[in-house]
Amino acid sequence: MPKLRYAEALNAALHEEMTLDPAIILFGEDIATYGGIFRVTKGLLEAFGPARVRDTPISEQTLAGMAVGAAMVGLKPVLEIMFADFLPLTLDALINQAAMVPFIWAGQVPMSLVLRTQGGGGSGAGAQHSKTLDSLVAHVPGLKVVTPATPRDAKGLLAAAIGDPNPVVFIEHKLLYNTTGEVPDGRFLLPIGKAEVVRSGNDVSIIANSRMVLESLKAAEQLGADGVSAEVVDLRTLRPLDHETILASVRKTHRAVIVHEGWRTGGIGAEVAALIAEEALDCLDSPIRRVGARDLPIPYSAALEAEVLPSAERIRETVRTLDL
Amino acid sequence: MLNNPSSDEIVEMFRKMVVVRAIEERLGELHKQGKTRGPLHRCDGQEAVGVGATAALRPNDVITSTHRGHAHYIGKGCEPYRVIAEIFGRASGYCRGRAGHMLVASAEHGLLGGNAIVGAGIPIAVGQALAFQLDRSERIALTFFGDGAAQTGVCHEAMNVAALWKLPVIFVCEHNEYGLTVPAAQQSSVRDLAIRAQGYAMPGMQVDGNDVVAVYTAVATAAAPARRGEGPSFIEARTYRMVGFSTSDLGGYQPDSEIEAWRPKDPIARLRAVLAAEARPGRTEALEAAARKLVDESFERALADPLPDPAELAAGEYIKVG
Repeated sequence: MPKLRYAEALNAALHEEMTLDPAIILFGEDIATYGGIFRVTKGLLEAFGPARVRDTPISEQTLAGMAVGAAMVGLKPVLEIMFADFLPLTLDALINQAAMVPFIWAGQVPMSLVLRTQGGGGSGAGAQHSKTLDSLVAHVPGLKVVTPATPRDAKGLLAAAIGDPNPVVFIEHKLLYNTTGEVPDGRFLLPIGKAEVVRSGNDVSIIANSRMVLESLKAAEQLGADGVSAEVVDLRTLRPLDHETILASVRKTHRAVIVHEGWRTGGIGAEVAALIAEEALDCLDSPIRRVGARDLPIPYSAALEAEVLPSAERIRETVRTLDL
Repeated sequence: MLNNPSSDEIVEMFRKMVVVRAIEERLGELHKQGKTRGPLHRCDGQEAVGVGATAALRPNDVITSTHRGHAHYIGKGCEPYRVIAEIFGRASGYCRGRAGHMLVASAEHGLLGGNAIVGAGIPIAVGQALAFQLDRSERIALTFFGDGAAQTGVCHEAMNVAALWKLPVIFVCEHNEYGLTVPAAQQSSVRDLAIRAQGYAMPGMQVDGNDVVAVYTAVATAAAPARRGEGPSFIEARTYRMVGFSTSDLGGYQPDSEIEAWRPKDPIARLRAVLAAEARPGRTEALEAAARKLVDESFERALADPLPDPAELAAGEYIKVG
């Protein structure tokens, strides 16, 4: 299998799906001529032409509404919103329109739209370009929310998102674009709504998503040296949440630490913790713990940002507080 | 004139306006009897905008509507019976009772769809128009919105994109003088909204929104260049909201003198007089009686229909994949 960067894997998925289906169009800010500020859409204008790959004005609210309208009449728009921090500008279209249509209109029209964006801190981009807002959209019935951690998943899940008749918010991570991994050649689809056990272990389940999967794997290696066998579960999709895989892992290890880069209060970790408490409390040998960003806007200075964001070290410290 | 309605089309617009008025009046009666659920936004007095604009479209064109959409729904060809069934949450409604009166969609009629977020339908129509530009089907998306929605940021963004990309969309601003309780003069920096079209390099027209023929002609005039790929137009249709914002509105802010000044401009009365002057009063009366009878029968039938079965909620929030 070839090794690709995460950004290249996304590009490959877009290229392959667009070749197969003329209903797929791309639009967003700086995505056509320039190829996207993270180069995800590089070369697609040349391959598919200016009718299907479009640079837009800076009008996120309208772009998201347009994606909804285009999807209603059969297109499969893939809209890039440059930073997850700009998601609030699109929320009417996502929450009041796209999410409502499949159910409230009783399936009369497709709503095959993908809103691609990227979030996360660690790059010194400041409070308005570093947030993780995945839980905000994962709250909403009718939306699907996908947060791939690896190049392979990025490709397989983006292809699946484009083919899905429901609206998908696809949240990439700016620090993952240059990570590399093996990615299947040719058309490749992964099911939305399935978590994956990415490291097997017996003493604790570390349940994470997006870049925090990589931090959790680092923590698990260090914990192994400490004599703790950690299992790592990559949620991959936040909505619909894969209850089965989460519960199976916790029933095996009897301990759970949930890790995400979004804020702790009301984060996806709270939902996962509630699920475990409701369905598997009797299996637990230790209280459930959550590791997330501290409840503060993401500060600019490296010294402050590192304190606010979760890390492998904090995951490891949290696991060490469990009754092991 | 190429863009004027035929006499058959005028008669059909009259019939549809009467249907809409009869629906609104019956809803008002049922509300007083406590037999309706949730707020209802009647369009009494504004029927000519929705009916005239949709009459100038083709069946496969699409519209986005508003929270005050009954004239748009009936104008675009929806059956009164199934609209009423939706208003009363019946399983036989266009959306199986899930939508209620503000959010009705009927894909087969190109009603996509009602919208209760002010201004939200505008970019949706622009996206629909993008799809029609790409599939070269010569279809049009027409978006209805009010003078209140014309003040939203999304309206301005959407007008810019539509004109920039020469999309086949028609912006129909149904100017009824009020955004809930606040008059237009307290919401807009300009009185004539049509002049804003110039700022987006598109034609802007102001039309008497209580003259169904004038509305038809304006939309037909805008439709021709849109179908040729020459881009959008903006139509400001001046009308007046006769019965308040909604059934939950306590009123008191629309001056009686203002309401009385608009009463003689009633679009149905005006067209009735025109048709009578053309020496077909008997036909007009018969037509009106038939339209009201259709609405009465539609109410009886819809109200007798069952509510949806809650068991269907088990199908969940998504459209099934594959």
